[in-house]
Amino acid sequence: MSGICVILEQRGGAVKRASVEALAEALRQKDAAGGPVSAVLIGHDVADAADQLKSSGAERIMVFDRADLGHYSSEGYRDCAVHAINASGASVVFVAATVQGRDLAAAVAGGGALDCGYAAECVALGYEGDRLTASRPVYAGKAMVKVACKGSPFVLSLRPNVFDSALTGGGEAAVESMDPPFAEGDLKSTVTSIAESSGGAKDVAEADVVVSGGRGVGGPEGFETIEALAAALDGAVGASRAVVDLGWRPHSEQVGQTGKVVSPKLYVACGISGAIQHLAGMRTSKVIVAINKDAEAPIFKVADYGIVGDLFEVAPALTEAIKSSGS
Amino acid sequence: MNVICCIARVPDTAARVKVGADGKSLDPDGIQYVINPYDEFALEAAIQIKERHGGDLTVIHVGEEDFSKDLRQCLAKGADKAIHLKASAPLGPHVISKLVADRAADLMPAVVCCGKQSVDGDVGGTGVMIAGLLEVPVVSKVSSMELTDAGATCTREVEGGTETIETSLPCVFTFEKGANEPRRAGLKDIMAAKKKPLEVEEVAAPESKLEVLSLELPPQRAEGRIVGEGAEAVPELVRALREEAKVL
Repeated sequence: MSGICVILEQRGGAVKRASVEALAEALRQKDAAGGPVSAVLIGHDVADAADQLKSSGAERIMVFDRADLGHYSSEGYRDCAVHAINASGASVVFVAATVQGRDLAAAVAGGGALDCGYAAECVALGYEGDRLTASRPVYAGKAMVKVACKGSPFVLSLRPNVFDSALTGGGEAAVESMDPPFAEGDLKSTVTSIAESSGGAKDVAEADVVVSGGRGVGGPEGFETIEALAAALDGAVGASRAVVDLGWRPHSEQVGQTGKVVSPKLYVACGISGAIQHLAGMRTSKVIVAINKDAEAPIFKVADYGIVGDLFEVAPALTEAIKSSGS
Repeated sequence: MNVICCIARVPDTAARVKVGADGKSLDPDGIQYVINPYDEFALEAAIQIKERHGGDLTVIHVGEEDFSKDLRQCLAKGADKAIHLKASAPLGPHVISKLVADRAADLMPAVVCCGKQSVDGDVGGTGVMIAGLLEVPVVSKVSSMELTDAGATCTREVEGGTETIETSLPCVFTFEKGANEPRRAGLKDIMAAKKKPLEVEEVAAPESKLEVLSLELPPQRAEGRIVGEGAEAVPELVRALREEAKVL
């Protein structure tokens, strides 16, 4: 067993960026893994997606294309993926750590399927001798653990936005059509519809800029100030746990442990004191700005730039300054 | 309709993480352990199913340390029975799912509820792997769930949207924060829970497929600076963000 098998995620025939990152990392690791890179596409009408990757540098693209695979099904995609991994003979499996990818990777590695090692949300890979090692955050990023796998294969999900998406390219992949290892219509659970988020609101986990509000915002109305600053910076709105637990903002915006871990280019914390659960979820942001009345607030310990003051004076002034400078 | 709910024991989210002397595990000194926050939503969902559809609700916990006080809380809230499968570490989702699936089989559950992940390892594997071992479907990261004549309809937040998922039963569900409002146990329930069965069973854990090489704290961020006070500091902040940090 050798080589790397990458299970790709697509929606509407387009391969997700996080999956391209996983494929690109597989191509970079190819020599160390001592074998070919295979890619797996599962869905319906995915011929275009397969074509996009023909010259990616992968040797082989295995395609499962059938009507009942049009939407995600944990069991259906798992059985296809396991079939493809076995056919590829790969000793390492990469999956993008999206919502779908994390479900699929765990299902593939579980005792009912490949019964092998699984490392979730990996952020760095390395080798100790000829053993692949994976580093991943635990306790929402309060610590990092480095693991290796006993036996083979080793399934890893890779955190989005961490690995470079540049494909090495070269060669032409053999595209193979594969039969799902179960009869059509046999699936017991499946996604039946997907409602796209309305209003083009950015997901806090995917945005380049995040402006978050905490208890200091004072109430749900106060978030208009946060939204205005986020809009001026073309960013997403985030919230502290306290604010979500109070019902001021939806859980989908919560940053930190029991919410989302984010690492945008710019993180602006307004009226957030900086509880340890919150710091764990945003400490890997490139640049952190804190606006808080309390000069002793722990958030200033992790902030690159701080302003001590009333956020209802500072944030609108910042919004205006950014708007008027046209950036 | 029998229901199983899995309950994990994790460090409180306010805990400060310290690395143990072996350089591979958490130093438990001074850490308060609690029920995994996501499991509170799984438990509430399980109790609601039992209340509406009848059957027995069994909570299962896998771990090395005593957890009876917290398991009694689960009984007080509405579980009928608690089983503590006592096994020695290391216990990851791969091992825990095997132990739970082994024990769950003869309880004939129509529904298994878990949290979407435990807040220590952050893997999100246990529920999904239990489903594979029991050869039943799984819906992970559920933010709402309703039982129907045919099974269940759930929603889940994904990147940029909300999925609706339909499944038959039996099925495993893993719950997201906010899926419901977990109840508090009343004084009467807490008294009554003392008479409910809490069984501790010694089990042999299968071998872990992962080897931990090291546990480390992330690098500290370099100390920043206070730009100034109030709105007058904004021009200097904008200059710094543009010229020093180059993020504007």
